Amino acid sequence: MDTPFISFRQVVKRFGPLTVVDHLDLDIARGEFIALLGPSGSGKTTLLMMLAGFEQATSGTITVDGVRVDGLPPHKRNMGVVFQNYALFPHMSVRDNIAFPLKMRNAPKAEIATRVARVLDMVKLSAMADRKPAQLSGGQQQRVALARALVFEPQVVLMDEPLGALDKKLREQMQLDIRDLHRRLGLTIVFVTHDQDEALTMSDRIAVFNHGRIEQIGPPREIYELPRTPFVAEFIGETNLLSCKVDSQVGEAVHLTTESGLSLSAHAGTGRVDGGKVRVSIRPEAIRINDHAAATANRLTARVLDAVYFGDHMRLVASVGEQRLIIKGDRMSEAAEVGREVALSFAASDVWVVGSCDQTSASA
Amino acid sequence: MRPLPILKAVFAALVVIFLLGPLVAVLPLSLTDSVFLNYPIPGYSTRWFRELVTADSWRLSIVNSLLIGSGTTVLATLLGTLAALGLRGRRATLLVSTLRTVFLLPMVVPAVVLGVGMQLMFARYGLTNTYLGVIIAHTVVAVPFVLVNVSSALQGVDIRLEQAAASLGAAPATVLFAVTLPIALPGIISGALFAFATSLDEVVLTLFVAGPNQRTLARQMFATIRENISPAIVSAAAVFILGTIVLSLAMLAIRRQMA
Repeated sequence: MDTPFISFRQVVKRFGPLTVVDHLDLDIARGEFIALLGPSGSGKTTLLMMLAGFEQATSGTITVDGVRVDGLPPHKRNMGVVFQNYALFPHMSVRDNIAFPLKMRNAPKAEIATRVARVLDMVKLSAMADRKPAQLSGGQQQRVALARALVFEPQVVLMDEPLGALDKKLREQMQLDIRDLHRRLGLTIVFVTHDQDEALTMSDRIAVFNHGRIEQIGPPREIYELPRTPFVAEFIGETNLLSCKVDSQVGEAVHLTTESGLSLSAHAGTGRVDGGKVRVSIRPEAIRINDHAAATANRLTARVLDAVYFGDHMRLVASVGEQRLIIKGDRMSEAAEVGREVALSFAASDVWVVGSCDQTSASA
Repeated sequence: MRPLPILKAVFAALVVIFLLGPLVAVLPLSLTDSVFLNYPIPGYSTRWFRELVTADSWRLSIVNSLLIGSGTTVLATLLGTLAALGLRGRRATLLVSTLRTVFLLPMVVPAVVLGVGMQLMFARYGLTNTYLGVIIAHTVVAVPFVLVNVSSALQGVDIRLEQAAASLGAAPATVLFAVTLPIALPGIISGALFAFATSLDEVVLTLFVAGPNQRTLARQMFATIRENISPAIVSAAAVFILGTIVLSLAMLAIRRQMA
């Protein structure tokens, strides 16, 4: 990465005896869209609140563009914040809401008018300018909040679960809209979410939070396909986590025996295989059913226990001996009949070592 | 209808009759042409309303009530709102709970007790028989109403609105005046109206601290009842009630406007 634009150094936040953010380092590049992803209580929102200035770090430093901001009050940080509940001023019209940050900066009246008009046009709400927020739908309110956070061209835009209250369809539309805005305006966006799909589809990089630390950070593809810890593997998408004993290792190729006695060929990845016991992740969609042509390292015979039709795919649960596996299968698959015997196959590279067995969470 | 809803309706009607009965009984007398306060009404006239504006004692008391009421409203609203802001969002420590109780105390302490204390204190500082003294006395009993109203209104102000305003560049004072107070305004207005009504209604403290020059309408009515029961009292009461209704309607209209 180039010189970081935003940088957290050894940031700690404690609430009484509770450590919410634990000696965290994070660098964010200018123009980057970074998603802070994690379960509730993992510290992601607290980190955002510290960046916005609503919370003070217990220790550590936060710099933006080389300037320390951790002592600055929120109104001097020049950051646009979009809240989950939109936080629109109920007593002001849409226009006045959006004009607010410009008025705070004593912009001339004519300039305020043109900039508000421009940004209203951008979020396609010009017709609603004189309405009160309560007269708008959830999606429209969200767009007003977005417009208000963008109109003063802040150096960073912070979003705290901004789409959490919208229904699925609207959510997906807004995801695309925000991505589009990010690209067009070259914004730096820090986006907090607990929704893995949102993080995967929208961001340049994802930082996965757990217990106040970043468990893994990287591009969506890397996070999904090369998870470094069992937590990351399970949190991002569905997966099969298996505990195994290491039989042999040659380079990155590893031979394993699962607790239930299956032999597997695996890929060592970045996870450590020392200690003789490891956990591996096999994504449900990596497992093929009855594909006899495929030349893959792992072949198992399994019995279908459950099959659920999801429209675009079938979700199967199959057992190989005592081991249960979740499989994302073809929606037309005729194998999806409960009680049938099926042949499973998957590549060694799809058996991904995510950590040694005694690890419950990361040691990054 | 099942018996329970009927019972409820009957009970509600009884409560309404209980509350409004005395008013309905006395108000027609404000239009009597007789000098006595009793039924049947021999004839109707507006002479007692005219008396209110022509007789010096009544006219002066109405002006006094408006003056003192306005002063009390301003002072109590200011202090009560400041108190509510100060107590807002704090953990209920001993200090905070104690302060809150102290602010609310005038609501429950007998007015006579307050009145005696005020008379003693005000005499020391030369406040007896002054407008300021009466306004201060009324403010003491009006502040709790403002505090209660504004506190509940502030509870409805989402802290994230204030955070949003700050992040958009508003300094703390601007956040207060541009976001917090406007959103809490309906509660502040309710508090102010309560303060005004409290002042209009207040007799006991006024008896202790006011001189002849600060005779308020309520005080004048009280005196008139003792000296010569005149139908002007009922006319004054009618003016009171009408004023209250107008104020309530104004409050409703403002609330609706802002909702």
